Amino acid sequence: MARHLFDGTGTLMRFVLRRDRLRLPIWLLSFAAISAIIALAFVGLYQNAEERQAMAETMRNPAMTAMVGPGYGLDNYTVGAMTAHEMLLMTAVVVGLMSILLVTRHTRTDEEDGRIEMIRSLPVGRLSNLLSILLVLIGANIVLALLTAFSLTVLGIESMDFEGSLVYGSALGASGMIFAGVAAVCAQLSPNSRNTLGLSIAVLLFAYMIRAIGDVTNEALSWISPLNWILRSEAYVNNYWWPILMTVAGALLLMVLALYLNSIRDLGSGFLPSRPGKGKASKSLLSPFGLALRLQRTGLIAWGAGILLIGASYGSVLGDLESFFEDIDLMQQMIAQSAGFSLTEQFIPVLMAVMAILGTIPVLMAILKLKTEEKNGRLEHILSRAVSRNRLMGSYLAMAIVTGFIMLSLAALGLGLVGNAMMEEQLPLGMFYSAGLAYLPAMLAMIGVAMLLIGWAPNAASTVWLYLAFSFFVIYLGGLFQFPEWVAKLTPYGYVSEIPIEEMDFLNAGILIVVAAVLMMIGVIGFNRRDIGR
Amino acid sequence: MTVLRTIGLTKKFGDFAALNGVNIEVGEGEVYGFIGPNGSGKSTTLRILLGILKATEGRAEIFGKDSWKDAVEIHKRVAYVPGDVNLWPNLTGGEVIDLFIKLRGGGNLDRRQELIRKFDLDPTKKCRTYSKGNRQKVALIAALSSDVDLYILDEPTSGLDPLMERVFQEYVIEAKKQGKSILLSSHILSEVEKLCDKVAIIREGRIIETGTLKELRHLTGTILLVETREPIPALEGFKGVSGIQQKGQALSFQVDAGEVDQVIRYVSQFGVIRIESSPPTLEELFMRHYEGTGQAVESGAGGES
Repeated sequence: MARHLFDGTGTLMRFVLRRDRLRLPIWLLSFAAISAIIALAFVGLYQNAEERQAMAETMRNPAMTAMVGPGYGLDNYTVGAMTAHEMLLMTAVVVGLMSILLVTRHTRTDEEDGRIEMIRSLPVGRLSNLLSILLVLIGANIVLALLTAFSLTVLGIESMDFEGSLVYGSALGASGMIFAGVAAVCAQLSPNSRNTLGLSIAVLLFAYMIRAIGDVTNEALSWISPLNWILRSEAYVNNYWWPILMTVAGALLLMVLALYLNSIRDLGSGFLPSRPGKGKASKSLLSPFGLALRLQRTGLIAWGAGILLIGASYGSVLGDLESFFEDIDLMQQMIAQSAGFSLTEQFIPVLMAVMAILGTIPVLMAILKLKTEEKNGRLEHILSRAVSRNRLMGSYLAMAIVTGFIMLSLAALGLGLVGNAMMEEQLPLGMFYSAGLAYLPAMLAMIGVAMLLIGWAPNAASTVWLYLAFSFFVIYLGGLFQFPEWVAKLTPYGYVSEIPIEEMDFLNAGILIVVAAVLMMIGVIGFNRRDIGR
Repeated sequence: MTVLRTIGLTKKFGDFAALNGVNIEVGEGEVYGFIGPNGSGKSTTLRILLGILKATEGRAEIFGKDSWKDAVEIHKRVAYVPGDVNLWPNLTGGEVIDLFIKLRGGGNLDRRQELIRKFDLDPTKKCRTYSKGNRQKVALIAALSSDVDLYILDEPTSGLDPLMERVFQEYVIEAKKQGKSILLSSHILSEVEKLCDKVAIIREGRIIETGTLKELRHLTGTILLVETREPIPALEGFKGVSGIQQKGQALSFQVDAGEVDQVIRYVSQFGVIRIESSPPTLEELFMRHYEGTGQAVESGAGGES
């Protein structure tokens, strides 16, 4: 009987690969490419051993240990050691996220949408679906390890030999495997796909946090976290294999546990009880804005926490900035030089621009939610009641503006508060805050573009993301590549005053707001004139 | 008094004409059945009436107001149940019902409780766990809790079990007694037959038949079931007779409205043992319209999906 539990696994594996034939290669290639790009960037940024050693010194502080893990090989900080030390943890977290997303997609999401039921009605084993996705992910993470190892080796960087690269790649792959195991277990415990995703990501964040706290306070604590295990591989320095084997073994144990749990649970149920929700709606839900807020509440909180964290981590390096940048020509190139300001002050607008563009992501998501709602056939419910299209679109606009305001505030506060705690000479908090809010008009203009598209070309609405990506590219790398001035002016972010090194230009801000308002109005007119449907 | 009216309603999606001059008219206190196969234009008509789609040509009016321009005003007095109910997976059924009632401008909370009980819905569950039938119940409860003058229901019972279907019918009958108007799109013909005063049959975006059930039947004629001592010869060729079927000892056939007298005279020569007459069911009417033009139906079916 046990034999039949796994019938059809091979076919289902091919099916998984067929469904993810683009998704999977894109994920894997991105990891390999990003690892290689970062390593090359380090080679370019730090011309010689002295510069790298200067960097190593800035790594010897608790904030950096908390962020990227305990330092190793700091006495001989080669490019390899630098790449592994500074990039492995962050990349491993994202690899873990990839595994979580893929496992959830093929387990509980399929189950919830009734697709597993159809598969199970065929002559296919009860555990075949879970096993097939797990096998695919094991394979994918092995490919990830090899791909990363090869792409790092072929760069021909002196300190990055094949063995070190293989350890680095395998550490990433092991992280992917263990979080595939975590997600597979969570998929059995949770009653639905949303909880599966939430629980798995909570485990991932917990693993990151407990390691950060442990590394700074008590190392024994860190050993709870699998992310700590893979950091112990110390790629390019000591090349330990045992932490990787230990992680893979842990992953396999979790996967076996998931298969066991899957075999004893009913389709569509979980081991954690699903709490009954409210039988009645609270007052705050009962309006189009209330609904928009409620639908995006979790996302807003998550993004808010993320932006705050990014602000705080940028803030944590402000203290070391002066000594750090003095030696590095390239970084000085990226920052507009202006007399009379400290390097720290010159760096603040650069950081704010990056955070403002990142903070625009949830803002655009908030306004584009209107399009998602339309596509899912839910606007019909709202518009067939006494709600005008102006009010509907206005609610989502309000939601987007509130989101933007919150994101900029949190970014500025995180940067300012932590930055001041780290610096000897404090800068006024109000300056940080105005540096942040100066970006609000640019955000409004982006919202305007999105609304214009939703109103007149709803199927092309997501092209606004390309515009945002373009803005990021131009603003972030503009200084580095020495683009002419007018290129930056192609994005709204190019018109924002760079506080504190520039005075607030209210005329520019006013023009941005007027442009945004006009775009929004044209969008509303279009939305009022067109068919609502899929 | 006319509550709802469309005049020459035409809707084009690109080159495809979903509606082609649709005229319907619902009077006050009327239950109006709107029947037709999938893709014939039922939902499109209803969506135009709700101002969700914009008509390419023609007029759609509710309470004498333009259904595109005055949508919000109209919607205060209209309740709608869409054919495909998609809800927010992370809200509970109860929350969605309250939201819907509030967005219309209020409703009766006692009635909400009563409806939740009658339809046997658990309002504390998240919508993601609901089956199609349960999602439909959410939309129905929200619609029926509102005190409105016109209900627009798009295949409201397609996911309900027979018990719930009966509950739904009771509420429709009650609403009708209170003088409310109902536009009911359906392809469950027995339901339309039970509830509706007037019927419109739509095909490929055109109304091909409209009127009261009685009028439609009159046009079609009568179904006769006859048992005779001797076999009836040459009935196939008899003027106005169609659809002959052997039913046990008896023959069943349809007789055109003007020919009943002739047919009875002819049949009576063969020693009638038993004779039953019945009006054609809506299904028979419906099939007659579609079977008669089998070719056209097949070619038209490509328009959808």
